[in-house]
Amino acid sequence: MAEKKMFSATGNQMVADAFRQVNPDVMAAYPITPQTTIVEGYAKFVADGKVTTEYVPTESEHSALSACIGASAAGARVATATSSQGLAYMWEELHIASGMRCPIVMANANRALSAPINIHGDHSDIMSARDCGWGMMFAETAQEAYDNTIIAFKVAEDPNVLLPVLTTLDGFVTTHAMDCCVMEEDQVVKDFVGIYEPKYPLLDTENPVGQGMFATLGNGYMKYKLTERHALDNAMEAFERHGKEWAEITGRPFELVDAWGTEDADYIIVVLGSCAGNARFQARKLREQGKKVGVVRPRIFRPFPAKQIAEACKNAKAVAVLDRSDSFGSPHAPLALEVRSAFHANGVDALVNDYVVGLGGADITLEQMNTVFSDLEARAAGEGDGSIKYLGIEE
Amino acid sequence: MSQLTEIRWHARAGQGAVTAAKLVADTALLQGNYIQAMPEYGPERTGAPLKAYTRVSSDPIEVHNNIQNPDIVIIMDDTLLASTDVMEGMPEDGILLFNTTMTAAEARAAVGAPESMRVAVVDASGIALATIKKDMPNTPIVGALAKITGLFPVEKVKERLVITFGKKFSQEMIDANLASVERAYQEVQE
Repeated sequence: MAEKKMFSATGNQMVADAFRQVNPDVMAAYPITPQTTIVEGYAKFVADGKVTTEYVPTESEHSALSACIGASAAGARVATATSSQGLAYMWEELHIASGMRCPIVMANANRALSAPINIHGDHSDIMSARDCGWGMMFAETAQEAYDNTIIAFKVAEDPNVLLPVLTTLDGFVTTHAMDCCVMEEDQVVKDFVGIYEPKYPLLDTENPVGQGMFATLGNGYMKYKLTERHALDNAMEAFERHGKEWAEITGRPFELVDAWGTEDADYIIVVLGSCAGNARFQARKLREQGKKVGVVRPRIFRPFPAKQIAEACKNAKAVAVLDRSDSFGSPHAPLALEVRSAFHANGVDALVNDYVVGLGGADITLEQMNTVFSDLEARAAGEGDGSIKYLGIEE
Repeated sequence: MSQLTEIRWHARAGQGAVTAAKLVADTALLQGNYIQAMPEYGPERTGAPLKAYTRVSSDPIEVHNNIQNPDIVIIMDDTLLASTDVMEGMPEDGILLFNTTMTAAEARAAVGAPESMRVAVVDASGIALATIKKDMPNTPIVGALAKITGLFPVEKVKERLVITFGKKFSQEMIDANLASVERAYQEVQE
C-alpha cells in the first residue's frame, strides 16, 4: 500500500469529506455552531458538482430531520448533521427515525445546552439523546470522526440493524482544531459502503408498505419496541464487524472499547471522546514513575459495550468515570451510571469515583487528570465515597 | 526524544491570527512534523481580544487541551498588554515575539520579562501596510518566527504560503505576502 499523504484538517472538514465520498442521495440540514462548517462544506460540494446529493436547506432542525425521515422511508440513503439546541429541537423526530427504522447517519458536534447560553463543547446535548434508539459513536480525533462517519453508514444499513446512527465529535476541540489526518481514495469509500438497497422503500409501488402506522391497543406496540431493542443490540456485532473491516482496509485500528494499559492497572480512567488523549498522556507520565494506571475509552455508547468495559477494568482497584454532562437528580452522570451498572452485572468489584468535567468547553487539564489518578489511590486506601465531583470547581 | 513546541497567540479578531496559527502548523507539517492548531473561539467581533494555539511535535500529539505553558508567545497587537497577561504560564526560557514599533528593550520592560527570556520585535503591521497594503500582520509575523526560532526555514514558510493562498488570491497578492514574510524575516530584532 502506498503511504497515504498526511495533511491538516479540522474534524468538521473530515466529516464533510466522508459524506462527500459516500455521496448520500439526500441531505437535509440546518446550520448551527459548531456544526456549521460540515453542512457549509457539503453545500459547497453540491454547488461545485462534486456530489449528486439532493441538498435540502430547511428552516429548522425539526424540519431537517423530518425531511431526512421522509427521504429515508422513500428509500434514499440519507445523511445530516446538527449540534446542541438543534439536536434538542429534533427530539421527537429522533424517536420517529429509529421507530421507523430509518438508517440515517447524523453527525453531531457535541455542545452544551442552554441555559445559560454556551456554544462550546461538552456532552449535554448528545447524552440527552441516548435513549432515542440511535446507535452512537464518539470520536477522539478528527481522523476518527472521518472513520466513524464512514463506518456508521455500514452499521445503520446492516440488515440486522436498520437504525439511525449518530457519529459524534466534540465541539471546537475536534470540530474546529486543525489536526493531522489522512484520507482514503473516494473509490475505496464507495466500495466499502456499496450501493444502498433499501429493504422496504415507500416508492416501491409494486410492493406497497406502510411505515410508522398506528399501533394502539393490544400488544402490537410493545412487540414493535422489542424488535427495536433487538436491532440496537445487534448493532454491537455490526459495529465490531464493519469497524474491523474498515480497519483492515485502512490500517487504522478499530476497537469498540479502546483499553490502554489496563492489563495490570490498579487505577483506570473511563472517558469518552477528545479528552481521552489527555488522560492517556498523563497515564504515560505516571507509568514512567512506576504507577500502574490505565485508560478506557468506549468508541461507541449505544449500544453500550458493557462487557468490554467490565473486562478491561476487572483487575482494577479503583476506577474513575469522567462525564462531560450531568444527569440531574440521578446519583450518577450518564457514563458513570452505565459503567457502574456494567460492573455490577459482570461481577467487577472495583471502587468507582464519579467526576463531571469540561462542561461548556471548560478546559480539561493534565493537572486534573493527575488529581483524578491521585484520588483513585486515596479511594483504594479508604478515602472518600466516590460521589460526583465537578472537577475544577470549588464548592 | 520527543520534541514538542507550544505556541500561544494573542491578537485581536480580524488580524488573521487563526490563519497565522494554521500557517505555522502547515509549514511544520510540510517538514514532516505532527501539528495541531486551534483558536479559542468566543463571540466573534472585530477587534475583540482572542487567543489561538499551535503545537508542533516530532511525535503524534494526543492531548487536546489548551496550551498552559507555551514555549513561545506571539503578541500581534501591543495594545493588548493593557488588558492581557501575555506572560501567563511561560517558562523561564520562553520566547516572546511582538508585532510592535517598540524596541526589544522597551517591549521587555513593558511586560517585565526576565533576562532569561528572549524578546523579539518586528513592525509586522508596518511591513504589511507597505507590502500587502493592509494591516494584516499575520503572514509577516510567521517570517519573523522562522528567523528567531529556527522552527523551519523561511523558504518553507513561503512554499506553504503559495500552497495556501494559491487557491484564493491573485499572483500580485501572493507576491506581496511573500515579500512581507521576507522583510519581517530580515527586520526582526532581539
